[in-house]
Amino acid sequence: MNDWEPAIGLEVHVQLATHSKIFSGTSTAFGAAPNTQANAVDLGLPGVLPVLNEAAVRMAVTFGLAIGAEVNRRSVFDRKNYFYPDLPKGYQISQFEHPIVGPGHLRITMEDGSARDIGITRAHLEEDAGKSVHDAIPGMTGVDLNRTGTPLLEVVSDPDLRTAEEAGAYFRTLHALVKALRICDGDLSQGSMRCDANVSVRKTGDEKLGERTEIKNINSFRFVELAVRHEIGRQIDILEAGGAIERETRQFDADEGVTRPMRTKEYSEDYRYFPDPDLLPVEVTDELIDSIRASMPELPEVRAGRYRDELALSAYDAGRLAADPDVADYFDAVYAVCGEAKLSANWILGELAASLNRDTLSIEDSPVPASQLGLLISRVADDTLSNSAASTVFATLWSAGEGDVDEIIAAQGLRQMNDSSALEQVVAEVLTNHPEQAAQFRDGKEKILGFLVGQVMKATQGKANPRQVNELLREALK
Amino acid sequence: MIFPGIRDIAAALDRGDYSVRELTEQCLSDARTANERLNCLITIADERALAQADAIDRARARGDTGTLAGVPLVHKDIYCTEGLPTTCASRMLANFTAPYSATVVERLDAAGMVTFAKANLDEFAMGSSNENSHFGAVANPWDTDRVPGGSSGGSAASVAAGLTPVATGTDTGGSIRQPASFCGISGIKPTYGRVSRYGMIAFASSLDQGGVLARDVEDLALVLGAMAGYDERDSTSSSHDDAWLEGVSHTGVGMPDRSLTIGLPLEYFEHHTGSVALVDAAKATLEAAGARFVDVSLPNTAAAIPAYYIIAGAEASTNLSRYDGVRFGYRCENTDSIEELYERSRSEAFGAEVKRRILTGTYALSVGYYDAYYLKAQKIRRLIQNDFLRAFESVDLLLTPTTPGVAFRRGELTGDPVAMYQQDVYTTPASLAGLPAMSLPCGMHERLPVGMQLIGPHFAERALLQAGALYQRETDWHSLTPDIGEHPSADSPVQKEES
Repeated sequence: MNDWEPAIGLEVHVQLATHSKIFSGTSTAFGAAPNTQANAVDLGLPGVLPVLNEAAVRMAVTFGLAIGAEVNRRSVFDRKNYFYPDLPKGYQISQFEHPIVGPGHLRITMEDGSARDIGITRAHLEEDAGKSVHDAIPGMTGVDLNRTGTPLLEVVSDPDLRTAEEAGAYFRTLHALVKALRICDGDLSQGSMRCDANVSVRKTGDEKLGERTEIKNINSFRFVELAVRHEIGRQIDILEAGGAIERETRQFDADEGVTRPMRTKEYSEDYRYFPDPDLLPVEVTDELIDSIRASMPELPEVRAGRYRDELALSAYDAGRLAADPDVADYFDAVYAVCGEAKLSANWILGELAASLNRDTLSIEDSPVPASQLGLLISRVADDTLSNSAASTVFATLWSAGEGDVDEIIAAQGLRQMNDSSALEQVVAEVLTNHPEQAAQFRDGKEKILGFLVGQVMKATQGKANPRQVNELLREALK
Repeated sequence: MIFPGIRDIAAALDRGDYSVRELTEQCLSDARTANERLNCLITIADERALAQADAIDRARARGDTGTLAGVPLVHKDIYCTEGLPTTCASRMLANFTAPYSATVVERLDAAGMVTFAKANLDEFAMGSSNENSHFGAVANPWDTDRVPGGSSGGSAASVAAGLTPVATGTDTGGSIRQPASFCGISGIKPTYGRVSRYGMIAFASSLDQGGVLARDVEDLALVLGAMAGYDERDSTSSSHDDAWLEGVSHTGVGMPDRSLTIGLPLEYFEHHTGSVALVDAAKATLEAAGARFVDVSLPNTAAAIPAYYIIAGAEASTNLSRYDGVRFGYRCENTDSIEELYERSRSEAFGAEVKRRILTGTYALSVGYYDAYYLKAQKIRRLIQNDFLRAFESVDLLLTPTTPGVAFRRGELTGDPVAMYQQDVYTTPASLAGLPAMSLPCGMHERLPVGMQLIGPHFAERALLQAGALYQRETDWHSLTPDIGEHPSADSPVQKEES
């Protein structure tokens, strides 16, 4: 196994978050009734013409700048010709020889903290096709053209990835980037990012890449890893048995965890690319680049670095927060209120994430606004609330969908007892009531302290500060 | 009915000699009669025309109209017209009604012109004789055994026969100029980008350009002024303003404001046909009117035909991919697979010439042939453009024959596609260069009309039209009309012109 070196390249179709399609004014909203979001241009009726949506160009340029790529000042739309029922014009408008984004790179960080720059060959604009629907009408295939003309940015990596884990990390990093750039909603379940993986293996030390296969349409981070891992293994098995890899298109069967042949991709598949005479070359001016650069959001990698360096968060927490700009924005807002980075990260990645997950909400729709979570964390930090009381407050805010932390603390009497003289009195009472346990502790049975703390907490209805109770008990038992 | 100029029609309507409705009814009835002999119209649109006519009569009563309001119009059946069939003379679109109108149609509707019919053409504008129509060949009004030229043959025949004062056309490699020449009328193909292609069914997108056919230059200018101009729905339409063209309905075309230098490209005069002698006569006329002539050379002219047929075929082969039988248009019956649906729908619904061009175009774009054909043709195109740019450094306009000969007999060239393609030898170079070009009648050869071509620099429509106006002030070839037998409008409300 060590004799073989995999080379993996990913082609990721990033659905751009424009309001309208790339060459027509139709809405791109997801989920409308079939063929209700397709106008004459999308249907490819005779005589209609494509007109380029400037927003798609801006988004492509934004991406190019973010990966340190050369943005081509002049790029050309080509026609890719083939017949398919969900391709209304009989050609797809894409960019072939002159893509809008030239070579750049994306830095991936692995779980062990190691980082590597992965080359990006190019990124080009194109229109999406429609969908063939095979089960809606018995015995027939339906065509839904709502998706036709949705703008895509196809991001093609170099075959730089060496492991399935790296492929997964690359897809995740790209996902975080396009979300942070606000050029894609990143919703994998709705096909907003679709990945094709080109996989080959070669003898370690060989210069030339081995014959590759292409795994089509992988739509989750985990499946990318599983599919690539299986495909690497499959190819090595064939090569070790003296066989040869056949160039083909495969698909990933998630139930079985294997890749299977889809259709043979012939070497000479001829799309007859040529420049689309209906569209002028895309000119990207210095002014456009400058204006996009000026409004560039903070990139996830930079943001994570800032969280690590300035807020002393762990690399893991920093990476998770920065991976989603909405989460990171929420974190920033919470931190601005409470000034407690670590606690904020714990709450957001812990209790808040779990609650959002449970109720399938996105963070923008969180019933607990960042201002209230920030206040809640402040109240934990200043010992007003115990952790369990804080959870109670959080749950109250969550279910009410409104309310104020301080009002809830007051109304439910959750304020932690920080008054040490009152607490000392309770501690004294507990020790008087439990002389046996007190004696055990004095004899060196440290564990019994937990019991005594519990008794104090019980006596104070949980309002005592456990840390303080600990200290007072130890003091009293000296 | 032989129409006077558009301004005369407008004056007659203003005087109340007849109403727009009366005029339109006359057009409809004449069209129906004449079409039996000429087959120049695919659709005669009574309902739409009369509704439009009544609306214009009401607007006229309010004084709320321009020069073109109420003037009859025929559209080449390649322009989408909401509510009317748009067939492109193909079985493929015989059942197609567009849910939108072309920009050209919208603009001429807005100017108040009354569209009463849609003209026959070569299928998808592919042809030089109007013999390639699903709806049958069109006859030339000067000799009904002869072709009217193509692809805008129905438009040209309609104007020549006096069915309409003006018709729209499209010109990809000569499709306005050559039929104008064969039918003894005037026709202009503007600069590429001057007229929006939105809603004009595509043949070869980088060459297709909408234009006008009419009896004289003044009418060409009036209608072109109303249909030209930037359109945000066509990325290739030009934002190059032309205040003169926009205002031409007020100012009239007028005469050139200085004496013109006109180039005679040697390569266009190598074959001594009857038309060359008549172009020489036109030169003498223009010289007498103050123009100066110089010989120029356009050395790459001979390469224009092959380059044109490769580029136009390549673009056509993919432009016509949308006709697949899936969403609209012709669909064959009883198919077992999607591949069979494609194959049979396209085989059954496209005519022979369309298939020929799809095949040659597909070939030219294929891997292994792309460089040798398509790329090479694009290089030739650049050379031809450069030839013209160099010539226009020393001349204002170019004068050439429009076609090598006069209208040929129906069937004469159908067996020889290459000879047919040679009909376009003088018209394709200006198309490849995107230049404005115009054909004007300049005489008769063996009782058939001959046309001459004026070619101008990009966006020089003004110079072109004014030179044409000068020529037509000095000549009356454009006033000649064919004898189309039993005159359908003995009691026409419209004034008759002596011919």
